[in-house]
Amino acid sequence: MGLMDGHALIERNATLLLVGSLLIVTIGGIVEIAPLFYLDNTIEKVEGMRPYSPLELAGRNVYVREGCYLCHSQMIRPFRDEVERYGHYSLAAESMYDHPFQWGSKRTGPDLARVGDRYSNEWHVQHLADPRSVVPESVMPSYAFLKDSPIEVKDFSTHLVANARVGVPYSDDMIASANADLRAQADPAADTSGVEARYLKAKLGDFDGNPQQVTEMDALVAYLQMLGTLVDFKNYDEAAGYR
Amino acid sequence: MKFGTAIVLLSLFAFAALVAAGFGVDEPFRQHMWILFFAVTGFTAILLRKTEFKPAAPTDPSAYMDGPIRYGAIATVFWGVIGMLVGVVIALQLAYPDLNIEPWFNFGRLRPLHTSGVVFAFGGNALLCTSLYVVQRTCRARLFGGNLAWFVFWGYQLFIVMAATGYLLGITESREYAEPEWYVDLWLTVVWVAYLILFLGTILKRKEPHIYVANWFYLSFIVTIAMLHVINNLSMPASFLGSKSYSAFSGVQDALTQWWYGHNAVGFFLTSGFLGMMYYFVPKQANRPVYSYRLSIIHFWALIFLYIWAGPHHLHYTALPDWAQTLGMVFSIMLWMPSWGGMINGLMTLSGAWDKIRTDPIIRMMVMAIAFYGMSTLEGPVMAIKAVNSLSHYTDWTIGHVHSGALGWVGMISFGAIYYMVPKLWNRERLYSLRLVTWHFWLATLGIVVYAAVMWVSGVMQGLMWRENDEQGFLVYSFAETVAAMHPYYIMRAIGGAMYLSGALIMAWNITMTILGYQREEEPMPGSAPVFRAARSGAKKWA
Repeated sequence: MGLMDGHALIERNATLLLVGSLLIVTIGGIVEIAPLFYLDNTIEKVEGMRPYSPLELAGRNVYVREGCYLCHSQMIRPFRDEVERYGHYSLAAESMYDHPFQWGSKRTGPDLARVGDRYSNEWHVQHLADPRSVVPESVMPSYAFLKDSPIEVKDFSTHLVANARVGVPYSDDMIASANADLRAQADPAADTSGVEARYLKAKLGDFDGNPQQVTEMDALVAYLQMLGTLVDFKNYDEAAGYR
Repeated sequence: MKFGTAIVLLSLFAFAALVAAGFGVDEPFRQHMWILFFAVTGFTAILLRKTEFKPAAPTDPSAYMDGPIRYGAIATVFWGVIGMLVGVVIALQLAYPDLNIEPWFNFGRLRPLHTSGVVFAFGGNALLCTSLYVVQRTCRARLFGGNLAWFVFWGYQLFIVMAATGYLLGITESREYAEPEWYVDLWLTVVWVAYLILFLGTILKRKEPHIYVANWFYLSFIVTIAMLHVINNLSMPASFLGSKSYSAFSGVQDALTQWWYGHNAVGFFLTSGFLGMMYYFVPKQANRPVYSYRLSIIHFWALIFLYIWAGPHHLHYTALPDWAQTLGMVFSIMLWMPSWGGMINGLMTLSGAWDKIRTDPIIRMMVMAIAFYGMSTLEGPVMAIKAVNSLSHYTDWTIGHVHSGALGWVGMISFGAIYYMVPKLWNRERLYSLRLVTWHFWLATLGIVVYAAVMWVSGVMQGLMWRENDEQGFLVYSFAETVAAMHPYYIMRAIGGAMYLSGALIMAWNITMTILGYQREEEPMPGSAPVFRAARSGAKKWA
């Protein structure tokens, strides 16, 4: 039994065992993950995608912090029922600026990939503060405290810088005006031309019904209201995106 | 001076935490640093009280170092009870959402506490203490590196405390089973490298020419987890005095990196490591040699090679390219074979000693663990088939599958190892009570059966309700209706979990009493003592 004799060598040499098993376990990862970074067809080009506005990014951070992804997916699969229930199936490009991705793995609640524009701001605020007052069957926890948690705006530009360092195309202009943009997007009285120019289709206005301050509720609702609204599927070429 | 260097370094560490608490840029980070400060300061105070200035007695270099293993055994039981308790709480939150207490005790913050609590705190401590126990005895060598083992043990506990308190404060990277933020990840990297040095160093100074098979599994688990942890947690902090970081990858690449990690946290943390446990404790408790040496070689290399490829089955029908999904599916199905190789090797180790299932509740526990390992490693490949996954993904079926593996395999084999080790570590003649082990066994087994069966029904039902169309082609159920339909199953699931938890509480009592040196007066297990009548008449019957 030649193979087994050869193995006796590995069994007597800890370094061989260590290096051997490390080599064996790297193969699968290299073959599967590495090509995703250079194969062009991994992410097809889609019109409309842009980085998150500062307010949306702050809202996304609240979404991550509260563990929303544990019960809500953001990944619509190409099945008849999912497309009917949630809208067009998700494209790779739609999460290309997501650090980290929020595809989720469980649907205790519905998918949120295209929840934007489906409900009013008031509905979202009411639902987040007291879910069962609008959906009696819901098992979602209450997030009323978000209304009383002001956003720390002071150095929000550092968050854009960190994203830019990992590849999100935030321009110098976007980073310089990040703090101001964050406030302006949630302030009905502010001049929002800058935000609108930098972040196409950004939802504007006071989201949480309290124009006095920018709260985490403002940010979270701004994020939810933009989910899935960037790509216009009327102009999307199904055949071109086929992989 | 005893603990001299440790005290100085810990004081500096505490001071750094205090500075970070003062200058942190976000509120959760400042709170987290206060927790770190108090934890490290408290630990320093304990060391200061225990310090001595007389020269330490020389340690016997040939004796095994069992101190950290004793602490590890206690930590395993402690964190096991905590992690399972949080599991029952969040199960109840899903049935009765008013049990959520915002913001710290909402489901979204408690769920990572439960998963990390049972996987890394309970499972991690079980792996830590058993691996150090096994490597010394199979290499006939004392642990390498003096007090390194103590650093690994306490460093790992600090990681657990920082991870757990971080979740409650809302500090998370949102990567399932890798939620801790960048600075806690860095700390774990330091501890893990120390663990690798400790384990490998002990193997290198072994007196046995052969490296025993359990150590192959432990070693591959340690080195692979190091690789997975470092790559999956690559991220860019918004500030070095803040809790928030952004992952290095985005979208598709991030998703596959995460599930490459996530699936191999199962494959190497919860499988490879625990197979190492099986390969030592099952032969020991059964007093039989491992069934097949050749099988152990084949299934070891096949298992570690194939597992790494299986990650994409978590991303079937997503925006991940089809070729990667298909690779993931094919390798997941192939993975069935080496998994069952391990199961067969474990179960067949009992050949010639099957009667012990009747007489020895610890063996019974181990056999049930291996049986659940076999069951969930069959269910896994089935669920990795794309057609099946289209139904099971996003539903409770996945949760049920995870728990039959985690409660059945990981939990039961750890309990068996703890029951085996504790009397030996504390020089007790036997456990406080074997009858309590039987109680634990049945509560745990019935708890898992209830849990898994309920989750199958609710998961399949959920999946079918989501996709049901009526004659006109409209969806039959609104999402809210499918949530309402889950309610009775969520209650039953909580009951199954509570049964499993009560078994763990019985173990905690049994282990505590054993450590304290008590022995419960009880009848021996039926059949464990030789019975003359059976011997006489049996001669004819078995001839």
